[in-house]
Amino acid sequence: MKIKNEMRLDFPAAGKNESFARLVISAFVLPLNPTLEELADVKTAVSEAVTNAIVHGYADAPGTVRLHAVLYEDDTLKVDVIDNGRGIEDIALARTPFFTTCGEDERSGMGFTVMESFMDEVSVQSKPGRGTTVTLVKRLRACETESARRA
Amino acid sequence: MLSYEKYKGKLTVRLKGELDHASIAPIRAELDQLLNDPKVKHLVLDMEGVSFMDSSAIGLVIGRYKALARRGGSVSVTRTAPRVDRIFEMAGLYQIVEKRA
Repeated sequence: MKIKNEMRLDFPAAGKNESFARLVISAFVLPLNPTLEELADVKTAVSEAVTNAIVHGYADAPGTVRLHAVLYEDDTLKVDVIDNGRGIEDIALARTPFFTTCGEDERSGMGFTVMESFMDEVSVQSKPGRGTTVTLVKRLRACETESARRA
Repeated sequence: MLSYEKYKGKLTVRLKGELDHASIAPIRAELDQLLNDPKVKHLVLDMEGVSFMDSSAIGLVIGRYKALARRGGSVSVTRTAPRVDRIFEMAGLYQIVEKRA
């Protein structure tokens, strides 16, 4: 599939960058003229994945989170959220609703459930001690505006 | 920083802006300070001003629910946007927290 646009962003695993990552992904999909619903879906899923990288991947220790977004010709958006943190031992268990390793911190354990309901596909690759990549895919139904297409 | 009012054991707090894991930490601390007052039995979270929310807010609400349930109190939410409802419903939150009009 032909790529329409692509971007990579590396940022420190700090809480303030959760909102930054949401802003960046919004700016990336905005030229497609997505519906407010689609935009909020993407922002929420990215927010969950980035929070997971910071809170679980790096367990609030220093590290780098990478956001890699690709927009394909058919308006499918693919976002990889990549960390080089501690990884996930049991991916199926981690994706179970209400499962959390942070009982003390009031994490709800609903992050993956939220990602799965707002995106078309969610996949996870992880190696303990090496890191985790969460891949989020969404087919954006909105079309580019005429003016954007002509430009 | 939080805007709130107390009336006869009911504490109403108006949450605003973007609620994520980072922004919720100071809100939680401030809420818990307000809930230190043993006279407070019922917490109402007014969600009208919330422009973004992820699953972090579920933990915030459940945590306050547990604290208030221990003293025979309750938590309710009001003026939730459809998106907020969708996330809360995913977690079955409305089984323990009342949604007020």
